[in-house]
Amino acid sequence: MNKQLMYGTHALAEAAIQAGCTCYFGYPITPQNELPEYMAQRLTEIPGGVFIQAESELAAINMVLGASAAGARALTSSSSPGISLKQEGISFMAGMELPAVIANIMRGGPGLGNIAPSQADYFQATRGGGHGDYRIIVLAPGSVQEIADLTFRAFDLADTYRIPVMILGDGMLGQLMEPVIIPKPRQEPLPEKDYIVSGAQGRQPRVIKSLILDTREMEEHNWKLFRKYQLIQQRETRWESYLTDDAELIVIAYGTAARIAKGAIKRLRKDDPNMKIGLLRPITLWPFPTKAIKESLSTASDYFVFEMSAGQMVDDVLLSLEGKGRVHFYGRPGGIVPTPAELARSIARRYYQMKRTRKR
Amino acid sequence: MKRIYVRPQTLRPVPMHYCPGCGHSIIHRLIAEVLDEMKLREKAICVPPAGCAVLAYNYLDIDMVEAPHGRATAVATGIKRVRPANLVFSYQGDGDLAAIGTAEALHAANRGEQITVIFVNNAVYGMTGGQMAPTTLLGQKTTTSPFGRNVKTEGPPIKVCELLAGLGSSAYLERVAVNSPANVKKAKSAIAKAFTYQLRKAGFTLVEILSPCPTNWKMDPVAACRWIDEEMMTVFPLGVIKDLPC
Repeated sequence: MNKQLMYGTHALAEAAIQAGCTCYFGYPITPQNELPEYMAQRLTEIPGGVFIQAESELAAINMVLGASAAGARALTSSSSPGISLKQEGISFMAGMELPAVIANIMRGGPGLGNIAPSQADYFQATRGGGHGDYRIIVLAPGSVQEIADLTFRAFDLADTYRIPVMILGDGMLGQLMEPVIIPKPRQEPLPEKDYIVSGAQGRQPRVIKSLILDTREMEEHNWKLFRKYQLIQQRETRWESYLTDDAELIVIAYGTAARIAKGAIKRLRKDDPNMKIGLLRPITLWPFPTKAIKESLSTASDYFVFEMSAGQMVDDVLLSLEGKGRVHFYGRPGGIVPTPAELARSIARRYYQMKRTRKR
Repeated sequence: MKRIYVRPQTLRPVPMHYCPGCGHSIIHRLIAEVLDEMKLREKAICVPPAGCAVLAYNYLDIDMVEAPHGRATAVATGIKRVRPANLVFSYQGDGDLAAIGTAEALHAANRGEQITVIFVNNAVYGMTGGQMAPTTLLGQKTTTSPFGRNVKTEGPPIKVCELLAGLGSSAYLERVAVNSPANVKKAKSAIAKAFTYQLRKAGFTLVEILSPCPTNWKMDPVAACRWIDEEMMTVFPLGVIKDLPC
């Protein structure tokens, strides 16, 4: 496909279609309404396409559950308060090992909060979010192109590991228009699924469930999930390193925050070419790039974690560093998006402070 | 010699966990008989509820997808829209359908989803130990209405069929019971009719089944069957509530 100018939400929807998604279930909430609106139109052009504006986010996620159990690639999307409602279904799908893709275009919270871009749902996304002992894959795009690429990939990840995958964007990324090349539709047929329901014709009936009353069986199921999560950690962790080879101070940020950070770093390096700062941008928030962060200690002594929240991912950075290095945090919660200049000032202050401490 | 009574092929030859006198085992058997007779076993997909009947997949030999409490009609919607050629039905209790899952049931009916709901109304929460249900009768004592259901604080029992009848896309709604041989036969016909309507794409279909719960009603099975006749049916009269020709 050619390069075209698209909204983040539209790019997400179109990439899903190209990945073989035939079902969308959702409930209106700002700032992601353009996504269901796009799907309402687009899915009518797809053979077997299903679009339902559900009566609630609870219903929508459970329709996804049903569609996934029936073998379809299904998508739902929402924004923070709606994602809280979807946690029930996400937990069930994690337990049932059903694939699904869920997009959260985050807004300010808690509660109704506001409709401005925010990164306040990191904990909810990366800690499972619902009840029970489980993980989901969380992908954090930083541009409209990456929204398209990661959404396309999300469906394969979901099917490969039979796991719900979340695209964690924010109001800024969703509303942003950028040139994008939508991935080409897959040529090869989708992988055969031997667990879905289709009517027990010529085979034993199948049961898709999460109820396991026997405690030993339940424990074994939990360990089975745990082993799957370990495998995902080994194989699927992704991050971007930018100018980190010689960096003494590394900025860690994801999504929109990472874009701002990149701009700030470019600006600072331009002003002072001796300034040894770089950016490490987690692309998968779960699994978290723990190893990459730890290995960066070979050059870096200081870390500057920037989030559009009051501090959530910073916990994972601290855990990754295991007490080594100095971790500084700069957070802007509530829907505030700082400018690269603002962020640059804050990074520079920390950088020169670090230099002064080192001299002493 | 002519065989006149055999175990349906769709009903697994295993003992059931249900209490003595419980209606679930009868209803399971009726579903199995209908699926056998209509040759639908290999087409059927059931969505069992959270509650006593969650273990329906141990007894009915068909594809099953468990649903979170109350969400069976939403799950069934997702399945049916992906697989329109299959027979998709949910099996739900009164708490599941008329309390926590009211929104899902009402909207599935209003959209005219081509699914069937087997709605088991026993006027209490069974699995959790006999708490008040949305269909608990006025004055009926339960563990959470120890002085009897009070219309002023708990409202009257919800009549699901009558509630759904007003929605444009519900096609067939009938209330039956499984407390006597004659009623059991009528219940079976209603299930068969609902499945037939679904296959004809008539719209949303629901069969409400008044069913005894002797354990939580604290009655013996015979008294429980009598209580359905004498008390439940005065609030929930049997019969076809809605039948759109198809």
